[in-house]
Formats: sequence, structure tokens, C-alpha cells
Amino acid sequence: MTTESAPTTPESAPQAAPQKSARALARARRRHSAARFWREFRTHRAGLFGLAALVVIALVAVFAPLLVGSDAQSVTDAPGKPMESPSGEFPLGTDQFGRDLLGLLVYGARMSLTVGLLAAVLSVTIGTLVGITAGHFKGWYSTVIMRVTDWFLVMPTLVLAIALAAVLSGSIWTIILAIGVTTWPTTARLVRAQTLAVESRPYIERAQALGGGHGHIMSRHVLPNVMPLVLAQTTLVISSAILTEATLAFLGLGDPTGVSWGGLLQDAREAGAVSAGDWWYLAPPGLAIAVVALAFTLCGRAVESVLNPRLGVSR
Amino acid sequence: MTADSNPALLDTEGAAATDDPAFAGPSARGPRARDTRAYLLYVAGKLGGAAVSLFAVLVTSFFLFRLIPGDPVKQMTGGKRVSAEQLDAMRKEFGLDQPVMTQFFDYCGKALTGDFGTSYQFHTPVMDKITDALPATLLLTGTAFVLYTLIGIWLGTRTAWRNGQLGDRVHTGLALTLYSVPSFWLGLLLIITFSVGVGPIPGLFPTGGLESGGETGVAYVIDVAHHMVLPVITLVAVGYAQTLLVMRSSLLDEMGSDYLTTARAKGLRDDLVRRRHAVPNAMLPTVTLMFVNLGTVVAGAILVETVFSWPGLGGLFYAALSVPDLPLVQGLFFVFSAAVILMNTLADVIYPLLDPRVGR
Repeated sequence: MTTESAPTTPESAPQAAPQKSARALARARRRHSAARFWREFRTHRAGLFGLAALVVIALVAVFAPLLVGSDAQSVTDAPGKPMESPSGEFPLGTDQFGRDLLGLLVYGARMSLTVGLLAAVLSVTIGTLVGITAGHFKGWYSTVIMRVTDWFLVMPTLVLAIALAAVLSGSIWTIILAIGVTTWPTTARLVRAQTLAVESRPYIERAQALGGGHGHIMSRHVLPNVMPLVLAQTTLVISSAILTEATLAFLGLGDPTGVSWGGLLQDAREAGAVSAGDWWYLAPPGLAIAVVALAFTLCGRAVESVLNPRLGVSR
Repeated sequence: MTADSNPALLDTEGAAATDDPAFAGPSARGPRARDTRAYLLYVAGKLGGAAVSLFAVLVTSFFLFRLIPGDPVKQMTGGKRVSAEQLDAMRKEFGLDQPVMTQFFDYCGKALTGDFGTSYQFHTPVMDKITDALPATLLLTGTAFVLYTLIGIWLGTRTAWRNGQLGDRVHTGLALTLYSVPSFWLGLLLIITFSVGVGPIPGLFPTGGLESGGETGVAYVIDVAHHMVLPVITLVAVGYAQTLLVMRSSLLDEMGSDYLTTARAKGLRDDLVRRRHAVPNAMLPTVTLMFVNLGTVVAGAILVETVFSWPGLGGLFYAALSVPDLPLVQGLFFVFSAAVILMNTLADVIYPLLDPRVGR
């Protein structure tokens, strides 16, 4: 898409000046539909709210070192005394090592967003590949693949993710892997249904008659048509991936070297914040998880309803 | 199971035949018998699929947890000084000295009879541990399941019927927010607020567990109910949103339908149109979701049980995983997955009876 329309045939280029080339037309059409999408999306207030929240949180995560200093995670030269309640110096108080909780919260955004995004991309990629191939190739291949998908679908996701995370020993990549390989079946089912719908249309038959192979039909005709669905699905998967990451971290299966919101909650519980009634330690990380998960859900629902107005998502 | 569902099937067929003139007439017996056979074949297919899934779960449960790092025998001794001979003796006792494939076939054979071996940490049969903890889990998650399903259906119906109004937006927004909240965090906050007590709020409820101990009779029931309040609130709060959203969107799908206009044109009150005509049709996706949720009732509360120290299967799974107590983890994993498979199969089997368009 980024490459310019270089391969247009030289002899057609001069006379086609008023009549744009095929690529230029396609680009204009894409721009047009993107503009239409945005016009529609803008009418969903909840979706806009979600998007705004995400932009703010993403900026905070990216500029974390500038906002709270780059040594917020260091245990050795922690600035405060252990377990201080909120004050002017430490707006959210300090943890059991005397670290500023606000700083940890800001750094936690990085872990949450990274794991959420990458796990969702992994999950949706697997789901899309499986879905398109299962919808395109008929016969035993499709049967076997869908059997496997169904089997993954009935496995209790969280139990499987917990088991995988325990088996693979904690690092950020194993968490991403554990979430990614347990959540793809929903996407696969959705994409397969859409693929079947697309492939029943006449233009696919035309493409086959013109000699289009499997790869060509799947990548040039089916994929662009399932992409909107995949986009909406990605946003929704991110939201659940973030919740799962927090859950795994809370159970002590997270990345021990990084700060994450779920890990902060585990630290709080281990430091006795619950029985001491230190609500200021527990409340912010959970609230942050909820806000990010909600923001992605709101965006995803708005995107879904723009693409499929029959869903009746309130604006 | 199939014998039980036969009369029910004939009932629905009978109803369809009287409703639809195309089905009535002298030839009605033929299609009905054929449909019954088709349905039995469909059920057999679903049961076969479930059996394959169960076997796959059995295989996974065996091999997946072998990969957990750490020597279970060393874990069992709990860091005590043990001679190599004693370790070997323990390996022999638990069958860990055998080749993996021998262990696997042994495991499958025993699992068929419901024997998942002996727990490493408790030295009791795994199935005994599971049946001991099962009632507590069923009590907690079962209560929560009934409550959030009822609340979800009720609110979903109301919000869809008043689509776009303030009440709809408030309820949908609240449900989505609670749906995004991590259950364990909500549980911890409830414990801090209502058990430990914050500011003027005294500690109203116990911080965890199922009973205080020493109570009998009615006092025991009240005591258990008292312990259940906070965990049930937590589960219901994070659980009802899904039912609400599914019920809402499927009812919205029905709301433009012609038969509702007809019902209104007949002069039926709004309330009757909703209850008798729209809701029964919109219930189908919700019923599917109900069965999916019912399957997770057994496993669904790992976190809430951990946070509230509830003596159920979820807490047991977490405790077993950190040892790692292989037989117990395998047994629990199998039970969790089997519950989901069983309920999904049941949903598949019942669905064509509720909606004659499906599965034929």
C-alpha cells in the first residue's frame, strides 16, 4: 500500500491522466471508506470516550520515564518509607519497599498495554489464518481444523492459560504466548463464517475462472473482506487479554522482573494491605485495569456497530 | 438421555404441526418419524464428538503438566534432608520411575474408572479431594450462576425494550464497566470495605472461609450464608453483564419483526407482546450462553475462591499448581474441562428441541 503506483504501464499513463490508474482509484476508494468509517464512529459517544482514554494512557505509557523518572521501579534507592499513606510527596502512597506507587502505576501501563496488544495480535492472527483456511479448503482439512478449534473452544480458557503460564515459567513472552494460544478459537469461528459468506459470492468464481489460485483468492479477495471483522475482534480480544494478564500476574505467574498492575495487586495482598485496610494501595491498580479494559471494549463495540448497525449498540 | 428427550421432541413436533398448515394433513406421520431419526443421528454425532474431546482433554492433562519445571518428589519432601534411596522409593511409590508411555497408558486406564491417582501433598486419592471440595464450589458458583442469569435476563429485556433511553444507557454502561473489572480486585475491595471496615463502616462480613465453626442446625445455615454474601456479590457483579448484553442484542434483533407488529395490531398490551412473543424467541442465544456458563460453574471461581479462602475446587487447583501436585492438577483440569464439554453437548442436544430450525 505504501509503494507508489510505479508498475502502471508506460503507454497507458499519459492518456490516462484524466482517468486515474487502478491503484489510484483503489487508494481513493480506501480513503473514502476510511473517512466514512470515521464519520460513523464519531457519532458513538462511548466509542469516542474509549478512544480518548486509550490515547491518554498510551501517551502516559510511552513517556513514563519523563513523567515519573526512570528509577521508579528500583527497590534499592526507594525515595520513601515503606507503606506510607497518600501524601503531598507521594500522591498514591508507597509500597512495602518505599517505592512511589504513582510511578509504579505509570510503569504498569507499559506491561498491560504491551501484553494486551501483542497477545491479541497473536491470538487474532492465529484465529484469522485458521478461520480463512478452514473456510476456503473444503473436505477433511476443514473438518479436522474445526474439530481442533471446537476442542480449544471448550477448554476452560483461564485454566489452560494458568496451566501454560505455570508450565512455561514467567516472562513477558510466555504470558503473551499463554494468552494468545488459548483465545484464538472465537476469532477462528467468526472468520470462518465470514469466509464462507464471502466465498459464495460470484466474483470469487470469476477470480477462479481467470486462474486465481488458492493463495490469491485467500489473500486478495477473502482477507480484505474479513479484515473489518478482524479489527473489531482485535479490540475486544485486547480487553480480555489485559484482564487475563492481570489475573496471571495476581496469581504470581507474571513476569517477575517487570511491574504490572496485576503484580502490584499481588504485592499489596502479600504486604498485608487487605487486613490492614490500606485501600489506597489496592484501589488504583485495579481501577487502571478496569479503565483500560473498558476503553478497549467501548472502542470495539463502536467499531462493531459501525460495521454492523443491526447490533444496536447505544451511542 | 436420548430416551428422555424423545417425548419432548414429539411434543414440539406436534406443536409445530398444529401451527403450520404445511405440516398438517395425512403425511404428517412420515416426516415426523424421519425427523426423529435425523435427530437421534444428530445426538449420536454430538455425543461422539464429546467423547473425542474428553479423550483429547485426558491426553492434554497428562502431557501438559509433565512440563512443569521442578522435581515433584523433591517438592514433596519439602526441603527436608532425604537420602537418594528414599527419593527412589518415593518415585517408585508414585510410579514416577516408569517410562512416560507406560505411565500414560496406566493413567488413561485408571482415569476411565475415575481414579486419578494419589495426591502428592495430601496423600489421599485425588477423587476424594475433588468430591470433598465440590459441594463448596457448587454452592458458591451455583448460587451466583442462578442470580446473575436471572438478573441478566431481566435487565437485558428491560434495556432492549427501552433501547436508547437513559435507563438503557445507564444499565448497559454499568454492566460494561463491571464486566471490565477484575473479579479478584473487586473481591479484595469488598473485603477491605465490608469485612475489615473503612472509616465509619464496621466489619460486617467475615473475611473468608465457608464457616466460623461450632455452629449447628439453623445457625450453621445462617453462618454459611453470611460467609457467602461477599463472594456471591463479586461473582454476580462481574458475571451478569454477559447475559445482559446477549439478551439485549438478541431481543433488539427481534424487535423489528413483523409478528410483533401483528401482536400489537391484535390489541395486546405492550407487556404481553414482550413477555409472550418477543422474549421467548430472543431467549435462544441466552440459553446457549447459560449452558456455557453452567459448564464453567465448576471451574469459574478460581480467583474469587482464592481471594476469599473458599474451600472449593478453584482454591484447590491454585494450591495444587504451586507445588506442583501433578495428580491433583491433572484430575482438576480434567474435571473442569469435562464439565464444560458436558454442558456444551447438552446445549447442542437440547437446542434443536427449542428451535426446530437448528440441526436438521
